[in-house]
Amino acid sequence: MSFLTQETFDCRVAFADELIALAKQDERIVAVCNDSVGSSNLVGFQQEFPDRLINVGIAEQDMVGVGAGLALSGYIPFVCGASPFLTGRALEQIKADVAYSQSPVVLCGMSPGMAYGELGPTHHSIEDLSWLRAIAGLGIVVPADPDETRAAVRWAAAAATPVFLRIGRFKVPAVTDSFTFGTAGLLRDGTDITVVATGTMVSRALEAAAEAADQGVSIRVLNMSTIAPLDEQAVLAAARETRGIVTAEEATTTGGLGAAVAAVVVSSPSPVKMRMLGVHREFAPTGNTDFLLEHFGLTAADIRAAAVELAHV
Amino acid sequence: MLVADPRTAAAWRLLRQEIAEAAPERRRELLRQRANQSRAADLEMIGRAGLGHVGGDMSVLDILTTLFFGVLRVDPEHPEWPDRDRLVLSKGHTAGALYSTLAAAGFFAPAELATFAAPLSALNGHPNRVKVPGVETNTGPLGHGLPVSVGMAVAGRLAASERHVYVVLGDGELQEGSNWEAAMTAGHRRLANLTAVVDRNRLQQGARTEETSALDPLDDKFRAFGWDVHVVDGHDHLELLDVFTAPRGERPTCVIANTIKGRGVSFMEDRVEWHHKVPSAEQIALAAVELAR
Repeated sequence: MSFLTQETFDCRVAFADELIALAKQDERIVAVCNDSVGSSNLVGFQQEFPDRLINVGIAEQDMVGVGAGLALSGYIPFVCGASPFLTGRALEQIKADVAYSQSPVVLCGMSPGMAYGELGPTHHSIEDLSWLRAIAGLGIVVPADPDETRAAVRWAAAAATPVFLRIGRFKVPAVTDSFTFGTAGLLRDGTDITVVATGTMVSRALEAAAEAADQGVSIRVLNMSTIAPLDEQAVLAAARETRGIVTAEEATTTGGLGAAVAAVVVSSPSPVKMRMLGVHREFAPTGNTDFLLEHFGLTAADIRAAAVELAHV
Repeated sequence: MLVADPRTAAAWRLLRQEIAEAAPERRRELLRQRANQSRAADLEMIGRAGLGHVGGDMSVLDILTTLFFGVLRVDPEHPEWPDRDRLVLSKGHTAGALYSTLAAAGFFAPAELATFAAPLSALNGHPNRVKVPGVETNTGPLGHGLPVSVGMAVAGRLAASERHVYVVLGDGELQEGSNWEAAMTAGHRRLANLTAVVDRNRLQQGARTEETSALDPLDDKFRAFGWDVHVVDGHDHLELLDVFTAPRGERPTCVIANTIKGRGVSFMEDRVEWHHKVPSAEQIALAAVELAR
């Protein structure tokens, strides 16, 4: 069975629908964006709530600061921009105005990873998880599909805490059935190897697990939709109950999911071998997203190969 | 989180009332005395801690004193009152000036100033809103206060609140581009409930602003961004009061307050080395004599 041939979805659509639904119920919800009404999929929000859409123009530092000012005044701002610019351009505002000031802003990094494909490394957001995971007090959530995106938006609106939501543009199939902040989703149990995946990699991990089963390797799949704080118990259980862990993320492996899992595994009572799939500190060549995921070894076949190899170490 | 000091808050209320009811010259004298008391307390604090930013603290204290003792609708005993006016100190390195002013208004006990910069003190080298009542957002890195204040002004408008947002900017920090992003937003949105006060002391850490990366003509810059601009003497409390309480137009207000870095202490005034030099005990004593005049 191939998950990738099933119907797939742009999570920005679910994001926008849920945001509008919530905004109808709660007038504290506002959106702040950087000329990204279209790319953040906020056209409907703008039509519905013209006064509650604050478009500051192409000015990310201002955008995050404005979001913090709104949050500190009792509003629930969803601050939306393409992830590379939101996180890279406004990193100090995210640190000082949002996380350190404990202003409950919902930072929405749109079109992350290598969703912008041929537009190149300037527009890829593969560093975001590493950068943001280093900031104290900032939750990091990477939904894997539309339902999880909706649930994460609902959670974030009520959470009253600084959080970053990584909202995918690259289309993914529906794979989740629930979301609990800080808790890994066990999407498939297995006894040999655990694949810990996030975002676009989750459906690919499930496909890899199905194919590995045909080769006699039993794979557990964890959907690690919360990167920070990490569900350490789920990682410890994987280290205890399976013989190896593969992490898969559409991001650099320098400080994101793989590094977070590894930090738990090396200090666990039962450290196991790991393989970390992602981008290893490289700028991407030219190519569309499908090509780049293949180029960087992020297909279901790559995940399966890494898991099977690890099972035979 | 520090808590209010009701006795000092009561004294602050009385002094505010006296200032409000006084004839102009008396009003100026009361504010001058109050600001100089804060200057002396600040210097004590910095001397004890062995660090601080005295030059910018001295230049901004007449602005902060005028705001807290003559303008801001705040209540030190209810620092989170939703419809309070907001005061954001964007030049967060002059936390000492803010702390000495907040303490004088009773947001916390003046005795707390003795803990400035000590291990685990609420009074960090840059202000933290989670620990210090009256601090509206954490500042320190430059160029952050204006965007956050724009957000607060947008919020005030959305909430149809009468509250006003004041943000105090250093002049040197206007070299940070984020300010101009926010200045554009405020001008475009005609945020008449926002006042930016520039502490124009013309010195930054290492040299004069105009020799480093010139800001002038600063008034024209803000005007070009859609603001109403007023240039005042930032040490003249009556001029400051007048400009802060004047009827507002339909645009955000920028008050360029011409100040002297190190103001009030003869041997510190307009000298670049007093950006963050720490005064000796003898210098603090000399300063105290000058400030008591």
